[in-house]
Amino acid sequence: MKLILHVWRQKNPAQAGRMVRYEANDVNPDMSMVELLDVVNEELILKSEEPIAFEHDCREGICGSCGFMINGIAHGPEAATTVCQLSMRHFKDGDELYIEPWRAKAFPIIKDLVVDRSAFDRIIEAGGYISVPTGSAPDGNVILVPKDASDRAMDAAACIGCGACVAACPNASAALFTGAKIAHLGLLPQGQPERHQRALSMVRQFNAEQFGSCTNIGECEAVCPKEIKLEVIARMNRDFIHASLS
Amino acid sequence: MSVVSAGVAPFYSSTVGKKAVMAVSGCVLFLFVLGHLAGNLQIYEGPEKLDNYSRLLHSMPALLWGARITLLVMVALHIWSSIQLAVRNYEARPTGYVRKKAAGSSYASRTMYWSGPIILAFVIYHLLDFTFGTVNPAFQVGNVYANVVASFQLPLVSGFYILAMVLLCMHLYHGLWSMFQSLGFHRATTLKRGAAVVAILIAAGNISIPVSVMAGLVK
Repeated sequence: MKLILHVWRQKNPAQAGRMVRYEANDVNPDMSMVELLDVVNEELILKSEEPIAFEHDCREGICGSCGFMINGIAHGPEAATTVCQLSMRHFKDGDELYIEPWRAKAFPIIKDLVVDRSAFDRIIEAGGYISVPTGSAPDGNVILVPKDASDRAMDAAACIGCGACVAACPNASAALFTGAKIAHLGLLPQGQPERHQRALSMVRQFNAEQFGSCTNIGECEAVCPKEIKLEVIARMNRDFIHASLS
Repeated sequence: MSVVSAGVAPFYSSTVGKKAVMAVSGCVLFLFVLGHLAGNLQIYEGPEKLDNYSRLLHSMPALLWGARITLLVMVALHIWSSIQLAVRNYEARPTGYVRKKAAGSSYASRTMYWSGPIILAFVIYHLLDFTFGTVNPAFQVGNVYANVVASFQLPLVSGFYILAMVLLCMHLYHGLWSMFQSLGFHRATTLKRGAAVVAILIAAGNISIPVSVMAGLVK
């Protein structure tokens, strides 16, 4: 099958970028979006042109490296799917795809589709440690974790930090990401001692990174490849309000 | 982990704090809208009932002015917080997308920045019409029923009123469930359904008044 691609090309952070049109004439419907870019890049290299820069690593949807906008939707039209898992069979012959990097002040473009997401690392860093007994190995199952709490903590911990939530949010807010990180420790007994301090520090850092605020509209939830729910934002709000006003 | 100080000032300077202020002030304004509708519906019980209700409110100046000042403060907090957040959100994405599609949000939630200011403009007009009487040539102090009928017989006034109530319905639909989310309570499905029912009932109750006047049922 044949696809027309319009890809954001930008040499470096300082230079202005633009959309460039490419034709992919021999697209295998079984390949992923990331593999399609590999094929386009091979042709570019043969023509001695600069290949399209994009992030990728595991290519099985669990590392959080890849991600860009396809026709205005983060990670493309399939729900709960990263671009490396997005199969070309979801598109029709002759489709035009607009491929753009995540857009946010907190995610400056490095090159083409690659953005600097170290703001996320700093939010996690602000979360700090959890108090654990060191020394000899603790007995397993000494700390009881209710099934419901363990399930919900695991759901929140599924966040791979890809940045799609920020990209999809009209306010470029990192509320879903920060909420997921706060919820996954805050739901567990081991996360209780620093629970409120953690919410304060992480929200403070999320604000300092110049992400926007949450308007509860749910664009992030709709595009999240790990299906993180808005519930984690409510938990973040509750822990932050409690920590601030108590 | 460096210890971060708690307190009201850093709380309000945060995005979560400002949203909490919007939620609480929005909740007070919602309660007013509810009470105001309950009062207004007495129009169906005739002129004496509605005018007496107005006289009752005016006979308690401390309560009346207490409520008015509280509402003004809530309006100021709601608007000021939303402006601060809107500026921040605008600056958070300096370069937009060539293509951008909505994937999961409601029309009402995406248009809060439009419905809000239009409702504010309506409230100002509404006060000039029924409280101060400045824009209502037939205005008589204390004759609430007659003032309402005189204004709503004008199709433009009724039309603007109905439009504002449709926007209020949308604003409340997103705002009512969103206030719970902002304060940390999450029951998305139940709250969204409840918010839709309450918002539609409030708008329908209010819209019934100009419709009844124009249909000649209330005269």
